[in-house]
Amino acid sequence: MRPTVAFLNRELIERIVAEGRDILCRMGIAIHNPAALKLLSDGGAVVDVSRHHVRFTSDLIDRALGSAPKGFKLYDVMGEEAVDLSGDRVNYTPGSAALNFLDGATGLMRRPTTADYIRYVRIVSGMPHIASQSTAFIPGDVHEKISDSYRLYLSLLHGEKPVVTGTFTIDSFEIMKDLQLAVRGSEAALKAKPLTVFSCCPTSPLKWSTVTSQNVIDCARYHIPVEFVAMPLSGFIAPVTLVGTLIQHTAETLSGIVLSQLANPGTPILYGGSPAIFDVRYETTPMGAVETEMIDCAYAEIGKYLGLPTQAYIALSDAKQLDAQAGLETSMGATLAALAGINNISGPGMLDFESCFSLEKLVVDNEICGMTLRMIQGIEPKGDFPSLGHFTELVREGHLLISKHTRRYRQEEIHLPGPVIDRANRSRWAEEGSKTLMERASAEINRLEAAYTPSRLPDDVKGELTRLMTAEARRYGMDKLPRESR
Amino acid sequence: MDLLANLSQSLQDGDDEKVAALTKEALAAGMSAKQILDNALISGMTVIGNRFKAHEIFLPDVLLSARAMYAGLELLKPLFLKDDIPSRGKVVVGTVQGDLHDIGKNLVSIMLKGAGYEVIDLGNDVPPERFVDTAVAQGAAIIGLSALLTTTMPVMSQVAALLKERGLTGRIKLIIGGAPVSDAYAREIGADAYGFDAVKAVEIVDRFLMRQ
Repeated sequence: MRPTVAFLNRELIERIVAEGRDILCRMGIAIHNPAALKLLSDGGAVVDVSRHHVRFTSDLIDRALGSAPKGFKLYDVMGEEAVDLSGDRVNYTPGSAALNFLDGATGLMRRPTTADYIRYVRIVSGMPHIASQSTAFIPGDVHEKISDSYRLYLSLLHGEKPVVTGTFTIDSFEIMKDLQLAVRGSEAALKAKPLTVFSCCPTSPLKWSTVTSQNVIDCARYHIPVEFVAMPLSGFIAPVTLVGTLIQHTAETLSGIVLSQLANPGTPILYGGSPAIFDVRYETTPMGAVETEMIDCAYAEIGKYLGLPTQAYIALSDAKQLDAQAGLETSMGATLAALAGINNISGPGMLDFESCFSLEKLVVDNEICGMTLRMIQGIEPKGDFPSLGHFTELVREGHLLISKHTRRYRQEEIHLPGPVIDRANRSRWAEEGSKTLMERASAEINRLEAAYTPSRLPDDVKGELTRLMTAEARRYGMDKLPRESR
Repeated sequence: MDLLANLSQSLQDGDDEKVAALTKEALAAGMSAKQILDNALISGMTVIGNRFKAHEIFLPDVLLSARAMYAGLELLKPLFLKDDIPSRGKVVVGTVQGDLHDIGKNLVSIMLKGAGYEVIDLGNDVPPERFVDTAVAQGAAIIGLSALLTTTMPVMSQVAALLKERGLTGRIKLIIGGAPVSDAYAREIGADAYGFDAVKAVEIVDRFLMRQ
């Protein structure tokens, strides 16, 4: 049986959802976007344009929940199925949009560059337990107006895995959509085989900005999947209780779903989020806090109750370096998320409140992901009954190392992590240089980079991507893209 | 592929049935038992030993190859004088008195056989005298002791003392292995070497017997 975790019973889920709907219908939320307000007004919501205020109706919410797909798939740049976001299927993707980069060579934090990003894409390409790329951090060597689209460009040019991404402005959507159309060839092909997921964030409490609400509408127009990333902060800009936070998260997320489904019914969405508690001692929002992770799993239960695929920023840490805290917070989050059956689990590689990315951490996290993926396979009988034969053989031979049963099931039953995880006895560990975790991670990065093979995307498509990106850069006064980018 | 190379490869693949079939075929083709032993079975196990040492393959792979080697050896045995397989030397192995753990010792035994040595395996819970008596009676140049428990490792020093008492120190080499023992412990009790694992044990035996 597949192991699971549950934080809410059905009665509590229904009460939370009812309260969330009540907030939307009775109190309403703010949306700073006339186009969004018009869509909602046309759909039957009660809109006060001058106050950017909208009150939803129960029918509107029901229709949106009815038209949102129960699940969907992502396809890689070659059009092959890569990620199944449905049921209790679990997929990992690196954390997104870090401003900073932890330089493995110096141990110092700095702004990332194009070269860092390409290295990241190459490494992710070879990671067995990371299903998709994310636009994990923001290269600092291009104009900030293209810092969102440029990441997608590099990912599509150098990697094959689908991309979890998002725009920072309304304008950037065009180029980010065009890059995808260049890969797929047509709008219909992009709709048939989604290549990316765009993160769209309401602004807690109970508000949508012009940019992010427009992103929701724009994505819907092209059938580009959206993950809603509400960020209520318990005890700060959300009730301090986890239930209260969940009510707010429900309202904020449902509002996004309604907007997206009004813009284009059937647009794929993920019931996601990045809520956190508020640590009053440091005035921080710890992503690795156990309550944060509990909220994540609980809202995923609500998403599943509503029949929707889910997402969470959970397998990450607030540590500043690859240390024990990084391992424990990431492991706890990844374990809970996998047990909760969250479909798109974001976070690997991320440190410092989602603000600093580390390649060394990413390769360690890849192993954490591998272990949790094994865990959710659960415990199943595999040729175990009747068992007397196995034990007769064991007593006779003294071991079962090469028994038929062992040979048949060893590989699927026992997950062997990569060399980052130290399982050598002390003598062998010493013989091999007494390597620290950091050193093993660094060696693994080098190994993955050496094993990288360039994307099979045809050269003419790659050329078109570069042409589109170069033209976009020129709009902002950059004559050329950084040399390493092509 | 040449028949012996094919045989060696089948052994490396751990395919005991194929090894038996090809051994028969090689004999039918007029090859000598010694030729088959040296150029296919032992050479195949040498490759396996080296790959195991390089961590390219793992214990079960070695065991499968060893089993395949025995499938060939069984067919060759009757062809050697008095059923004696020509060996590179004799080694007495066993787990010391009071200790029933024999997995490590068994691995050493398998690897030594694979390397072409004749192994006299005394099993587990073996008293000190039996090691020394057997080695003397069989003309073995090496005794290998295994212990898993800290409570039984002192028996190793009793074997070393017995060898000394009978004036055999140096003539019969004493090698020790097992989780609680170490290089330092080997020196402390007057053993000739400590083998960290089965591969190391073969290396040490190679070294000692080459010198003689």
